[in-house]
Amino acid sequence: MGKYLLSRLAAALPTLFLLTFVCFALTTAARGDPAVEALRQGGQEPTPEAVAAYREKLGLNDPLPVRYVRWLGGLTRGDLGTSFLSQRSVSEIIGERIEPTLRLGLSAFAVTSILGIGLGVVFGLTAGSRLDHGGRIVSLLLAAVPSFWLALLLVTFVSEKARLLPVAGYGGIQHLILPVLALSCGPAAGLMRITRGAVIEVWRQDYVRTARAKGLPQGFVVLRHALPNAMLPVVTLLGLRFGQLLAGAVVIEAIFSWPGLGSALILAISGRDLPVIGAYVLLAGVAFVIVNLLTDLSYGLLDPRVRLGARDGGR
Amino acid sequence: MSSAIEAQQPAAQPIASPAQRRGASPNWLRSLRSRRLRPAIVPAAILVLVVLSAVFAPWIAPYDPDALDMSMALGDPNATNWLGTDQLGRDQLSRLLYGGRATLLVSGVSTFGIVVIGLVVGLVAGYFGGRTDLLISTLLTVLLALPSLLLSLAILGILGPGNESLLIALVAAGWAGHARIFRASVLSLREQVYIEAAVSLGGQSTRILFRHLLPNLLPTVIVLATLDFGALLLTVSSLSFLGLGVQPPTSDWGVMLNDARTYFSQVPMLMIVPGVCIAAVALSSNLLGDALRDMIDAGHR
Repeated sequence: MGKYLLSRLAAALPTLFLLTFVCFALTTAARGDPAVEALRQGGQEPTPEAVAAYREKLGLNDPLPVRYVRWLGGLTRGDLGTSFLSQRSVSEIIGERIEPTLRLGLSAFAVTSILGIGLGVVFGLTAGSRLDHGGRIVSLLLAAVPSFWLALLLVTFVSEKARLLPVAGYGGIQHLILPVLALSCGPAAGLMRITRGAVIEVWRQDYVRTARAKGLPQGFVVLRHALPNAMLPVVTLLGLRFGQLLAGAVVIEAIFSWPGLGSALILAISGRDLPVIGAYVLLAGVAFVIVNLLTDLSYGLLDPRVRLGARDGGR
Repeated sequence: MSSAIEAQQPAAQPIASPAQRRGASPNWLRSLRSRRLRPAIVPAAILVLVVLSAVFAPWIAPYDPDALDMSMALGDPNATNWLGTDQLGRDQLSRLLYGGRATLLVSGVSTFGIVVIGLVVGLVAGYFGGRTDLLISTLLTVLLALPSLLLSLAILGILGPGNESLLIALVAAGWAGHARIFRASVLSLREQVYIEAAVSLGGQSTRILFRHLLPNLLPTVIVLATLDFGALLLTVSSLSFLGLGVQPPTSDWGVMLNDARTYFSQVPMLMIVPGVCIAAVALSSNLLGDALRDMIDAGHR
C-alpha cells in the first residue's frame, strides 16, 4: 500500500508541476502589459514612469524562467501574488473565501453521493418497475437542465413566491439548502444511472443469488454482498463528478451571492484580475488531483482483489 | 462516460460504417422502420426543428428582436406576442428565435472544433506511437487533470470575454478528452489484420489513416459529437448567463436569462421559455447520442 501510494504520488507530480506552469503562464501571459493593466484599475491611464517603476518593483523586466522560479519560490511560502483589482495579497483573499466554498462544496458532494447512490440502489433493485421508469425519466431531465437555471427556478418559486427560504446570502442552514440542491441535482442524476447499472450487474451474480437463496435478509445481502462490488465504477465516477461540482459551484455561488471562491473568480475574470484567476485554477487543479488520487486508493479498500502495487499509471 | 465508450471499442470490427450503409436506399428505408432506430426519431426531429427555426429566424420571427416598446413591457403571452414581452417590451418569441442562432452556432462550431482536433491528435498519437505518443499522452494527462469548465474559465480570463475567446476557450478545454478516446480506439484498431495487411503492402501512412482508420472511427465520432453538442450547449448558456459567453449586441438564451433576472417573480415566462429551450435541446442531443450508440453497438454484435 505504501509503495503504491508513493508511485501514485510520483505519477501525480508531473501533472502538478505542469499545473503550476499553466498558472504561472496565466498570471503573466496577459494580452497587454500587466503593469499597465494593474495600474489602470485606478481609472486613468498611468504615466510611463509609473509603469516603468511598477515593472521594476514586480520584477517584470527579468527573463521568464527567472520569474517562474521566483513565482514558484513565492508559492512555497504561500505567496500567490497581489490582486490587480483590490491590491490585496491573493492568499489573503483566498483565506477568507475558502470556508464558504468548502462548506458549499462538501455539502453538495455529500448530498450528491447520498442521493445518487441511494436512489441508484433503489432503482437498481426495482429495475423494470414503474418506480424505476419514473426515476429514469427524472434523471434524464436533471442531466439536461443547466444547474444555473435550476437555481433560478428554485429562487423564484421557493424563495420569492413561496417565501420559504432566503433568496441569497450566507449564514445558517436555511441559506445552504437551495444552493446545495441546485448544485447536486445534475451530478446526482449521473451518479444514479451508473449506480443503478452496477447494482443490476452485481445482482445477477451467482454469489448474490446464493446469499439470497440461503435466506439472508435482503438488506444484509445488499449492504454486505452487493454494494461493495457495485461501488467500484461508482467511486471512479464520484471522483470525476467532484470536478463537475467544483466548476458548477462557480455559477451557483454567483447566483446566490455566496461569498466564496467562485464569486471571486467571476469578479476576477470580468476585471481581468489574472493573479486571482491563476490562484483559483491552481487550487482547483490541486484539489481535483488529490480527489482522483483518493479515488484510486479506495479501489484497494473496496476490492481486495485489486493488487494496488501491481497496477500501473491508469487513472 | 469516456470509459464506457473506450470499453466498446474492441468491438470495432472492420465492417461497413453507417455512412457507407446509408448509401443504399432500400437498406436506409428498412433501418428507418426498424425498432432500433425508433428511440432516435423524436430527439432527431426536435433538433432538426430547432436548428431550422434558428436558421430561418429572420423569415419566421414576427418582430425585430431588438425593437423596444416600453408601453408593452413585461406583457403576458397574447395574440400579438405569443410568448409575451420582456422588460424592454421586446417580443420574446423573436428574441428566442434569434437567440437560438447564437447558442446553436457557438455550440455547433465548438463541437466541430473539438471533434476535429481530438480526432487528428488521437490518430497521430495512436498510429505513430513511440515518442510522439508519449509526448501527446503526457500533455493529455495534464489537460485532463483540470475540469474542462475551469479550463475554459481560465482561458477566458487570459483572453478577456468575447465571442472569439469563447470559442477558443471551449475548444481548448474540450479536445483532450476526445483525443484520449480516439487514441485508445486507434491503438486497438492498429492490431487488426487488415491494417497490418495495408502496412505490409506498403500503404502510405496518410492513406492508411484516412482510408482505413478514419472510417472505422466515424461511428464513435458521431456519437461523441452528438453528446458533446448537448454538453457544450449547457456550458455556453451558463457562461453567457454569467456575462462571460456570447457578448452584446448579440444575445443568446443564456443572455436572455441574465437580462430578465430581476423580473422572474413577476413574469415567470421570461425564465421558463429560454430555460425549457436549453433543456429540450440538451435532452434531445443526449437521447439521440444514446440511441445512436445503442444502434452502433447492436450493429457490431
